[in-house]
Amino acid sequence: MTDYKNLKLIATSNPHIRSNETTRSIMLDVIIAMLPALAFAIFNFGLRALTLTAVSVVGCVFWEWLYRKLMKKPQSIGDLSSVVTGMLLAFVCPVQMPYWMIIIGDFFAIVVVKQLFGGIGKNFLNPALAGRAVLLASYAGTMTSWVDPAVNKAAIIGSNADIVTTATPLAIMKTGDFAELLSAHSVGSMFVGTGIPGSLGEVSALALLIGGVYLIWRKVINWQTPVAYIATVAVLTFLFPKQGSGLEWMLYSIFGGGLFLGAFFMATDYATSPVTKKGQLIFGIGCGLFTVLIRYFGSYNEGVCYSIMVMNLFVALIDKYTKPTRFGVVKSDKKEAAAK
Amino acid sequence: MAQAFFGGVHPHDMKAATNEKAIEQLAPPAEVVIPMSMHFGAPCTPLVKVGDHVKVGQKIGEFRGLGAPIHASVSGTVKAVEPRPYSMGGNMTSVIIENDFQDELSEEVQAPADPDALTVDEMVEIVKNAGIVGMGGATFPTHVKISGGIGKVDTVIINGAECEPYITGDHRTMLERPEEIIGGATYLAKMFGVDKVIIGVEDNKKNGIDAMNQVIAEKKAPVVVEALRCRYPQGGEKQLCQAITGKQVPPGGLPSNIGCAVFNINTTCAIFRAITEGMPVVRKIVTVSGSGIIEPKNIECPIGTPVSCLLDACGGVKDGTYKLIAGGPMMGMAQYTADIPVAKGTGAILAFCENEEQTVEHPQCIRCGKCVSACPVHLEPLFMYQYASKGMVDELNGAHIMDCMECGACSYVCPARMHLTHMFKTGKQLVKNKAAADKAAAEAKKAAEEKKEAVNK
Repeated sequence: MTDYKNLKLIATSNPHIRSNETTRSIMLDVIIAMLPALAFAIFNFGLRALTLTAVSVVGCVFWEWLYRKLMKKPQSIGDLSSVVTGMLLAFVCPVQMPYWMIIIGDFFAIVVVKQLFGGIGKNFLNPALAGRAVLLASYAGTMTSWVDPAVNKAAIIGSNADIVTTATPLAIMKTGDFAELLSAHSVGSMFVGTGIPGSLGEVSALALLIGGVYLIWRKVINWQTPVAYIATVAVLTFLFPKQGSGLEWMLYSIFGGGLFLGAFFMATDYATSPVTKKGQLIFGIGCGLFTVLIRYFGSYNEGVCYSIMVMNLFVALIDKYTKPTRFGVVKSDKKEAAAK
Repeated sequence: MAQAFFGGVHPHDMKAATNEKAIEQLAPPAEVVIPMSMHFGAPCTPLVKVGDHVKVGQKIGEFRGLGAPIHASVSGTVKAVEPRPYSMGGNMTSVIIENDFQDELSEEVQAPADPDALTVDEMVEIVKNAGIVGMGGATFPTHVKISGGIGKVDTVIINGAECEPYITGDHRTMLERPEEIIGGATYLAKMFGVDKVIIGVEDNKKNGIDAMNQVIAEKKAPVVVEALRCRYPQGGEKQLCQAITGKQVPPGGLPSNIGCAVFNINTTCAIFRAITEGMPVVRKIVTVSGSGIIEPKNIECPIGTPVSCLLDACGGVKDGTYKLIAGGPMMGMAQYTADIPVAKGTGAILAFCENEEQTVEHPQCIRCGKCVSACPVHLEPLFMYQYASKGMVDELNGAHIMDCMECGACSYVCPARMHLTHMFKTGKQLVKNKAAADKAAAEAKKAAEEKKEAVNK
């Protein structure tokens, strides 16, 4: 018979079991979800898409490791969140940008935006988008010149001098002739991303959609944010086309630029989006609204980055006003309380 | 199938270890330790002293106020009346009876001549004298629930959800003693004057549902069985009411506020035995399971049986067992010793030796919001955690922390492994302390003012 006196029992609070999902497994799912887009980027822009992403990942992990080390805080690189940030930052940068430049972006994203505010879960801006915003403000030339994937693969490009750059679909939609864009790129290629110039990971709506559906299926993200975001942009651009027919304008608007990347991977960032599903719906609609406003009336061709960052600032407010109704309080009770 | 309640989680039910094992009778233990508190309310006063001879079913503890009497579960001699460790933590005055293995039945146990001729008041009195409490673990005195609910309650629900992983006692009862459940449910229908009693069962117990339906058909009993989609904490009485009626119990209220009364499967059996045989609650079905148990079983044993006897009956525990739990894995209490006895609310004894806890060294909230989706009472655990860890009592009240029923769903689902439920227990205590301090301060102020006035006069 067992001698129960010698058992070393620990007495902790309930519950005594936990689900198998961890921060690390969630981040791993996000990484998996980004692989189709990465694969397409390599296909579209050449191997440099891979090396730039790899450099960015190494940069982010390094900065996080260094900061935690210097500040004598417990190491956190094992949660893989800095890997996600590194991939996302590379995804929103042009493929030909110098490696040193993205490492600066990594520094800003990881150290300034994330770690200085307390690390994972505490930042109020999306680190990758903030990193991109800083790079865009600092190196506007490089950050807005786009290689033409139809002409040359960036993999073989040694210096910036001999690349052929071209205008992104959104740039043409902003200042050029929409009919020209229609003849240059079909709706199908806009959706799949073949031959479309733009940021490394944003061009294939299809690949991003596959990743997004994977995340929803794995219950990593809720459908509310991406659906509300894309639907808002779709409705607004369908109703108010600047050129051409509403349907065509709408399709080019949602497939062009970083909308799918933003909707599935950026706006759903846990730390910088509301915690309730209702809040996420409002957040998505707000992102869509600002995206269209910036694209239509702002000086930038693309509005996804700034619209999400603007909405990030509203998260605390949205959380405050979308608290779940207290259990046991039904609508009629609320009305009575209001009447009193 | 009834629609589920809001929120909740879906842990692996782990019931396969015991759900096909018939309830075994434990070999009588050499002594039993009967704590004087096995119910919600003040502890009982012991009625026996050292050296007294007691018989099975004899009343040995009398309650005052809210509570239920306590009976001897074996016959024998009272060896001691002293504080002993018990499953709710700490020590409790307990009556220790040395078993004489005679199983003499007390004269107090008298079966009514004609159970079906009893009036409602007589039946409630029998339930009260039998010491019946909520056997699902909440241990609320059943006679109080019945007498308080008569006239207000139109929906009587029998709780067969058994939503906690591992536990299979209620499931086995459905299979082996369906006539007791249906009989008890019929008496409950009579007491409340309703024409239908609903048994809510999660659909992972399909054979249990069939067994009960068969008895219902044979006896033409006023009972229906409703299958529920599996989800924890469906067996929480507010959640069960919501799943079955669609109505929500108001904050701080009881199911009777929305016309419901909920009784556990084994509480219903106890009501049946009390009314037909006059037998008080002296035995309990316990599921002994978990990774640390060598041979998991369902065991029926006298109340007060030391847990170590149950573990022995299951072949003992494995090396490296680090946790012993009285109750289910979601809401049970971790024990520091195997000397605690089985009480009226002890539905399971679990021993863990694997990595069930999955703790991490530096949990860090990632704001994923999964706790908000999981909370069955619509709270926002991630914010409450921040308030509680910073001692922000007003914010805790604003976040309705007192609505938290500590079901553990938020902690279970948390990918960052935050100790949410633990923090809310602390937070609730902060709120209670503050309320007590405020009350004391207000009274002191009032007293001072009265004194001042008196002086001024």
